[in-house]
Amino acid sequence: MSDIFDILLSINFWNAALRISTPLIFGVIGALVCERAGVLNLGIEGIFTAGAMAGWMAVWLGAGLWGGVLVAALAGAFFGLIHAILTVPLGLSQHVSGIGVTLFATALSYFTYRTALPDVSSPPRIEAFKAIDVPGLSDLPIVGPILFQQTPMTILALVIVAVTAFVLYRTPLGLAIRAVGDNPSAVESQGLSVYGLRIGAVVVGSSLMALGGAFLTMSAFDAFFFGMVNGRGWICIALTVFASWKPGKALIGALLFGAFDAFQVRLQTEIGTIIPGQIFLMLPYILSIAALVLVARKADYPRALLVPYFRGQR
Amino acid sequence: MNANPNDAPLVLKLDKITKRFGALTANGDVSLDLRQGEILALLGENGAGKTTLMNILFGHYVADEGTVEVPGTDGSLQQLEPGSPNAALEAGIGMVHQHFTLAENLSALENILLGTEALTSFKSSRAKARQKLESLMERSGLSVDLNARISDLSVGEKQRVEILKALYRDARVLVLDEPTAVLTPQESESLFSTLQKLASEGLGIIFISHKLDEVLSASHRIAVLRGGRKVSDQPTEGCNKRQLAELMVGKTVPESNRDSKEAGAPLFVLQNVSTGQGRDAITNIDLELLSGEILGIAGVSGNGQGTLAKLISGLATPQSGSIVLNGAPLTTASARQMIDAGIARIPEDRHKDGIVGPMTVAENLAIETIRKPENHRFGFLKFGAIAERAREAITSYDIRCQGDKAPARLLSGGNIQKIVLARTLDASPVVVLAAQPSRGLDVGATADVHRRLLEARARGAGVILISEDLDELMRLSDRIAVIHRGVLSEPEKTESVDRGTLGLRMAGQSKEQAA
Repeated sequence: MSDIFDILLSINFWNAALRISTPLIFGVIGALVCERAGVLNLGIEGIFTAGAMAGWMAVWLGAGLWGGVLVAALAGAFFGLIHAILTVPLGLSQHVSGIGVTLFATALSYFTYRTALPDVSSPPRIEAFKAIDVPGLSDLPIVGPILFQQTPMTILALVIVAVTAFVLYRTPLGLAIRAVGDNPSAVESQGLSVYGLRIGAVVVGSSLMALGGAFLTMSAFDAFFFGMVNGRGWICIALTVFASWKPGKALIGALLFGAFDAFQVRLQTEIGTIIPGQIFLMLPYILSIAALVLVARKADYPRALLVPYFRGQR
Repeated sequence: MNANPNDAPLVLKLDKITKRFGALTANGDVSLDLRQGEILALLGENGAGKTTLMNILFGHYVADEGTVEVPGTDGSLQQLEPGSPNAALEAGIGMVHQHFTLAENLSALENILLGTEALTSFKSSRAKARQKLESLMERSGLSVDLNARISDLSVGEKQRVEILKALYRDARVLVLDEPTAVLTPQESESLFSTLQKLASEGLGIIFISHKLDEVLSASHRIAVLRGGRKVSDQPTEGCNKRQLAELMVGKTVPESNRDSKEAGAPLFVLQNVSTGQGRDAITNIDLELLSGEILGIAGVSGNGQGTLAKLISGLATPQSGSIVLNGAPLTTASARQMIDAGIARIPEDRHKDGIVGPMTVAENLAIETIRKPENHRFGFLKFGAIAERAREAITSYDIRCQGDKAPARLLSGGNIQKIVLARTLDASPVVVLAAQPSRGLDVGATADVHRRLLEARARGAGVILISEDLDELMRLSDRIAVIHRGVLSEPEKTESVDRGTLGLRMAGQSKEQAA
């Protein structure tokens, strides 16, 4: 037992938890922005892959790290725009379009990678983001090493949560986004554009998702592998429900998942000899299902989620 | 009505508006004007083109011909940009739709603010908005808790938020589409007194309705639309109900009245039936329906008649008591067994329980008899026969639709009710359960429903008519019982029932108190 407490009390553990959570934070906030406007974006898994590939390749071609972040965001926006056009003005099934975007984005990323690097045996590495010290803050006890000895992308993720919460709840734009996800005719009758708001939200949300992917190749690792997204996008979709479409709860959900992931890695080394490692690998997923079961029934769904809007139709 | 503002300036002018949907002309050459401080009632049956006209005004549709004109800054009339809700809002036209356009997850204040501030702005000045609204509410008498979430508000309160939305944008013209359809009588009354007040302050108001009483009592002028054309436009003074009804329907509405006729033997008996506790529960109900009679059940919604209807249609099972049809027990029968036994159900919520919206008219007509041999062979549906019978029903019941393959959800309420009537009554049922059969229907469709119910009675069927409408009950029923808090009174001959007393008893007074 004391081993478990040792793990939970170590600063190292919490630092890792936040690091592991970072792509999920990007992803869940992206999914939340889309869904708040009424569009489910199941393209997320593919957009993660596209962001991971595009960001990494831009850096590898010499764009610089922040240039890579920008390219990743643009790649996400591109696939988001495809999804938005199919589902918003054309009103196609959001599920089908989303799965299609995931398949397309994933395949296109792999294809581009293979075409650009036809015969490399081990993936080329880039100089990835490094943990930075924020003068003053990093020296704070406990909080310092957890929050401020991270890579810039983790800090960016936290900033984005705050900005999203501010925009959603404090600005006229956020008000319109929340309204369009609940009752688009309320938005139209007040003279705003339903399509404009929804397409905008999906494009911005998708860029955020792509940043989650970019974190994997540019911060967590320094190379692109096939299958490296590994279901993180799907987890974000579940976390959005868990968070009841609220940015603060989304952050907590992502952190919890990250913490369990970090926990299971450490637990494996502690008592992995007795219980097979796969059990620990399952742990975060089982817990996220359990959390969903507990929370989802009371979840405050955006009422117009999945419902296409056609002008002039009652 | 007095103070007819005949010489006040025009605030709105619709000039020769024509709008076609395919072969259907929804509006043909309609001209309409509105003066400052005037209340104009736009009267017409469902499908007469009232809502289309208002949607053109508000920019939801673009007219094929004709223009909408509003006074510009210099006071002269100028054409409004067609197809732009934003232009309509800018021009001071506010619209309260029949189906509210409110986001339920936001507060009243947020709904009112929506779209009034630039989307690029980084802050929202709620304090100032709140101040303006407080004074608006005081002046108009429309009080709403601005912080309340819309989903927590009652229908009447939501409507007030809608009106405030328009007033907050300094509307000069307020359009209300069937504003009383969802209100209680008290709420309607208070709405109309608010509208009077707003009009006296100079707001021009158009309200759409098909209810003659309210049109006569609350407007300065009445315009009647029929089949997409304006057939009359005159001051309310000098109009009467009969004349308006004729203008609206285009022919004298034949009022169906029941002939006197001896009822037959007991047909359908509920004995000491109770369900559990809770809202809309019923306790110890005894009911004996004779063949060839219409038994009216009067009551305010939520007093147990919903549960009673569910029991009779087999959608719920009583906790105690028995249900017997012609000597055969049906206490625990399922919905299908009830239908097979000859009990027809006209459900209260026809959109939700009466039809399957995305399915076609033909499919909806066949849905209850799908297992009958005439509808299938070797387990496969006989689409030809189903369509054939649907076309017959469309003709004989005058269901206005684009054919038997049209999705049922596209039909108007009256025509949906005709589908339900055709489906249930064509099978010559022994018992007909009609729950609020004419609620929300216009004069023509209501007359149709009444005629069909009387036909069933003449045929010898027993009809249970659950309604809140005293006129309907008094005219159709042979006997009337009152349901209040789940208790059903002893039915009485309609001739011996007094209207006023009936109203009081629906409100919960005992027979002795009410008399």
